[in-house]
Amino acid sequence: MDVLEKLAILTDAAKYDVACTSSGVDRSGQPGKTGSAVASGICHSFAADGRCISLLKVLMTNQCVYDCKYCVNRTSRDTQRTAFAPRELADLTINFYRRNYIEGLFLSSGVLKSPDYTMERMIEAIEILRTEYSFNGYIHVKAIPGADNSLIQRMGLLVDRMSVNIELPSEDSLGQLAPQKTPEAILRPMGLIRAGIEENKSDLVVYRHAPKFVPAGQSTQLIIGATPDSDHRILTLSEGLYKKYNLKRVFFSAYTPIVDDPMLPSLFSAPPLLREHRLYQADWLLRFYGFTANEIVDAKNPNMNLAIDPKCNWALRHLDQFPIEVSRASYERLLRVPGIGVLSARKIVQARRACSLTFEGLRKLGVVLKRARFFVTCQGKVDEGVVIRPDTVLRGLLSKNDLRMLPAASGDQMTFLDVPDMARSLGGMPVNAFGYLPEKGTRENAKQYEFGIHI
Amino acid sequence: MQNNTNLVYIYDGTLEGFLCCVYESYVRHEIPVHIRTEHDAGQPLLLEETEWIRTDMEHAGKIYESIDRKIALEAQDFIREAFLTCLPDKEIFMYRFIRMGYQYGRSVMDRLTDDTVGTLIKAVRNLQRESHNFMGFVRFTIYDGVMVSCISPKNRVLPLLSDHFTNRYPDETFLIYDRTHQMAVVHKPEGTLLTAMHHLSLPPIDDAEKAYHTLWKCFQKTIAIEERHNPKCQMNHMPKRFWADMTEFES
Repeated sequence: MDVLEKLAILTDAAKYDVACTSSGVDRSGQPGKTGSAVASGICHSFAADGRCISLLKVLMTNQCVYDCKYCVNRTSRDTQRTAFAPRELADLTINFYRRNYIEGLFLSSGVLKSPDYTMERMIEAIEILRTEYSFNGYIHVKAIPGADNSLIQRMGLLVDRMSVNIELPSEDSLGQLAPQKTPEAILRPMGLIRAGIEENKSDLVVYRHAPKFVPAGQSTQLIIGATPDSDHRILTLSEGLYKKYNLKRVFFSAYTPIVDDPMLPSLFSAPPLLREHRLYQADWLLRFYGFTANEIVDAKNPNMNLAIDPKCNWALRHLDQFPIEVSRASYERLLRVPGIGVLSARKIVQARRACSLTFEGLRKLGVVLKRARFFVTCQGKVDEGVVIRPDTVLRGLLSKNDLRMLPAASGDQMTFLDVPDMARSLGGMPVNAFGYLPEKGTRENAKQYEFGIHI
Repeated sequence: MQNNTNLVYIYDGTLEGFLCCVYESYVRHEIPVHIRTEHDAGQPLLLEETEWIRTDMEHAGKIYESIDRKIALEAQDFIREAFLTCLPDKEIFMYRFIRMGYQYGRSVMDRLTDDTVGTLIKAVRNLQRESHNFMGFVRFTIYDGVMVSCISPKNRVLPLLSDHFTNRYPDETFLIYDRTHQMAVVHKPEGTLLTAMHHLSLPPIDDAEKAYHTLWKCFQKTIAIEERHNPKCQMNHMPKRFWADMTEFES
């Protein structure tokens, strides 16, 4: 089989992994080497599905001894199998890199023979790249659950980011859909990577040129919508991972039905893209906006409202904390205003040092006031034409995009009565009753420990 | 200072030339309403009083140094980058910015709601964004060991790209040609050169190169998930104007 055919098969098998970021490490180029890394990451292209292409995302092989039900590469699936020779993959990477097609390599793999054997082949390919081809660009690998500690250690010194995919957010789901994997097999390498990074940090204090261990940190991925796990479970798990394992990112992947199995959504169901989108919004709130998972969803309301973004939803339930005064509010408080993001908040803090702010001034800064105007005052005044009443606020908050993305809105014109939960609060109820009414559907038996992570 | 409503300064189009305009305006106690290059000036308009400003490196150096001393070190970088932007009449905005800077000191950088400062900051951000885009979207084709790329940027991104790619490929030989501004950056292991270039013709590519083009197109196509097809999102992140020079979209 030639490289082109292999590339087609092994790319197709890798495409469901969402992580494609090349961020987290700044490394200058060196004479005699090829490549550098930029902390912000660089997107090199965008695929027809709108996702960024930054790294050459392929599998070492799509052969696999495991039979995880949700996976395209499970052993019982009838599909063409192949594998890259380590040198083939190294050649492909360095040649793509020289043409500036990619920022580096993202290597994952099915489990061929055993986890150790698979890891060894991946290490071989990466060693050719790093030593023979003096490749100094970005490399992200997926550690193979079950591989020996020493292999993870060796790999960690070669790559920028190493991650382990949790995939299923609860032990029950894992037991049903991936019976050959255990939480232990997933969490052990995560713990090892974390410990390696910590140890490396103290080494670097003593020896400035100590080799770096996974300098860009680790990430993981959770599949959304393949199992009945609630948003509350997913977000508390993410929060735990950020805190306990110092993860850089938790990625969410809307489950695309590829397999017909009674335990999984039917082949004709669409991937839950809107839910994935809301989870990413919530993830941003956790990482950059100082929110906790319990502020976004709690055990009583375990799922997010798909109709509005989680920050708006929070603000609507806490109208008593608004409006806030733009010229005095702290950065943290500004971040809580719907429509004001990290950039806008920074600009406000910077600009108000030099002169007092008006709504006109905010517009000039580039702060989008469409939603924010319902939650802020400038020198004690509300924006012209703004009336703060539940219905006007709600109308102002729902973007056209939000309305379009709602399943109920397809075709006909959307009315507020179609927005779940909102209908009741619009029936002339006072502002503070605007809250998040309990949703029907999934019941959650709240566990204290999930995956060994205290949440 | 005399605010002359029809005074236009003409300079040679270099940053040093522009800085000399600032110098002369202070020496002559006058405020120009426009600062243009010879190229843009064309025929002077009726009632326009044009003044040719000679470039003097010593004068330019004085102004450049005063930006650090009287405003801020970041303001120097800011002015250098502002000069690379495609903002129409950028010179007069930069001129007003420097005047304001002398008046307010470093806090001029915080006056984001001011029209002059705000406009310049937006233009510089646009330049930085475009240059960041090109760090990803530049495609090299290899001709006999020389990596060549052609781009059509709106801003003069080459100085920024040159730093990035020189750092990334220190031992390679590469050329990036900017059609819009008829400039090129040429890098060899011995050194880097930014130069004017009016035309670039390239030989046909060889089979090995063709093979990599095919491999890359295959990857770019295969990596997309059909169920998530979203061309609008793709175009938001990567507007069509970039596509013409990208390997994956060539026919």
